[in-house]
Amino acid sequence: MHINIYKKENHSYFIFSYYALIFAANLGESMLHKCLKSLLGAVFSLFLLSITTCVFAQNSAQNKDKLKPGDILMEHVLDAHEFHIINIGSTSVTIPLPVILYSPQKGFSIFMSSKFNHGGTTYNGYRMINDEYLDKLIEAGVDVKKNNLSNGKIISVTVDDKWDSNTKIYDFSMTRNVVQMIIVLALLVWIMLGIARKYKNGIGVKTAPTGFQNVIEPVITFIRDEVGKPMLGEKWEKYMPYLLTVFFFILINNLVGLIPGTANVTGNIAFTAVLGVIAFVVIIFSTNKHYWGHIFNPPGVPGWVKIILVPVEILGVFTKPFALIIRLFANMIAGHMMLACLALLIIIFGNISLVAGYGFSPIAIAFSVFVYFIEILVAFLQAFIFTMLTAVFISQAFETPHHDGEHNTHDDAIIM
Amino acid sequence: MSMMTILLDATGNSYGFAAIGAGLAAIGAGIGIGQVGKGAVESIARQPEALNDIRSNMILAAALVEGVALFAVIAALIVIFK
Repeated sequence: MHINIYKKENHSYFIFSYYALIFAANLGESMLHKCLKSLLGAVFSLFLLSITTCVFAQNSAQNKDKLKPGDILMEHVLDAHEFHIINIGSTSVTIPLPVILYSPQKGFSIFMSSKFNHGGTTYNGYRMINDEYLDKLIEAGVDVKKNNLSNGKIISVTVDDKWDSNTKIYDFSMTRNVVQMIIVLALLVWIMLGIARKYKNGIGVKTAPTGFQNVIEPVITFIRDEVGKPMLGEKWEKYMPYLLTVFFFILINNLVGLIPGTANVTGNIAFTAVLGVIAFVVIIFSTNKHYWGHIFNPPGVPGWVKIILVPVEILGVFTKPFALIIRLFANMIAGHMMLACLALLIIIFGNISLVAGYGFSPIAIAFSVFVYFIEILVAFLQAFIFTMLTAVFISQAFETPHHDGEHNTHDDAIIM
Repeated sequence: MSMMTILLDATGNSYGFAAIGAGLAAIGAGIGIGQVGKGAVESIARQPEALNDIRSNMILAAALVEGVALFAVIAALIVIFK
């Protein structure tokens, strides 16, 4: 079909003419099914034709105050030295937090992050990087990617505001993740100790539980009866404090992180990595010789397969906590990013045209509410999954050899 | 030139491929969790008394499948933000 359609760049024109010809041919022969199919194809390609527009290649040296959605998104899910509440007009309402720095050359420095003025001023020889300073650094020829300099990082500067790369800074600041973790910790300790004191005084032991006991007791018995006893067997009481702590800490941090203005603690890889390392340590400390025997000498496996299987088994010891870490981190950060994206979409649409922004906001708000409900479910679910999988791995670690009878029967079936 | 090389040439970075990877991960997660749900609902239909056991096993399997799909999302995010 070599028609001179290629004068127009639009391939939809070609497809449209093809379908139109087939439709015309089938119309003559009155084959209804082929007729309808090619009619559909013709209409669809006509639709495609009509919605194409010209798009020009973007000039990369555009105006500096262009909206950067990627940066705004990352700013919401990463750690920061202040609680950012809201932007009213051009002022941002924030709660500044203490900055605690130590450098071997300069000693300790403790001050509030409001002294940085969102990266506008230098204080005590320190500066927080913001967009303009990042551009200044790039102009001065500093390789920002290699030296890991990004927005929000605190660097040491010389007297004439140049980056001083020789001073090493150890940042012990109370960032918003730290403050939120401490608040959640205080909340948990207060609730749990209050309830424990109530039980010690006899309320709720032989009588019905009262007050806040009604909230916490079903959750604790749920963890004990669905996670502790089925997975851990007789040793469940030894591990219950750890499992309950992990469950409640992850759960309350997840839920508090959903409130607008708070920090994204569980969506931080460092936080989940520490939880995963602690779970790994608990698992290793509850292993017995039978477990290591199964790893280095898997039963019922011929010799040459063992050479491949043993490294895989050793790797399996580390991948299980690693999967726990990544699962919690990815679930929480994906949820926060989706919510931030929905809000950002309104702004992006609004930049294109005011009507589009206003028209899109009901859809975005409705979808955000829906996603918020899913995020509450995910908060409970991820805490439960972390706890349950930790319990499963611990139970796998102290399995006793009474399964060996089954292994032998399997062996006979394979050898025949 | 094929369409892929044209696309790569036009933008100069591989953000589009990262988005395609994340989309494929979503397809994988959808298929996997759909199978888990199908098995769970069918077995509840066969034996309604086992509802609680089946429900907790279904949630456990769904979270494991979702974890694997989110590995791919993390890889896509690393491509974009590094």
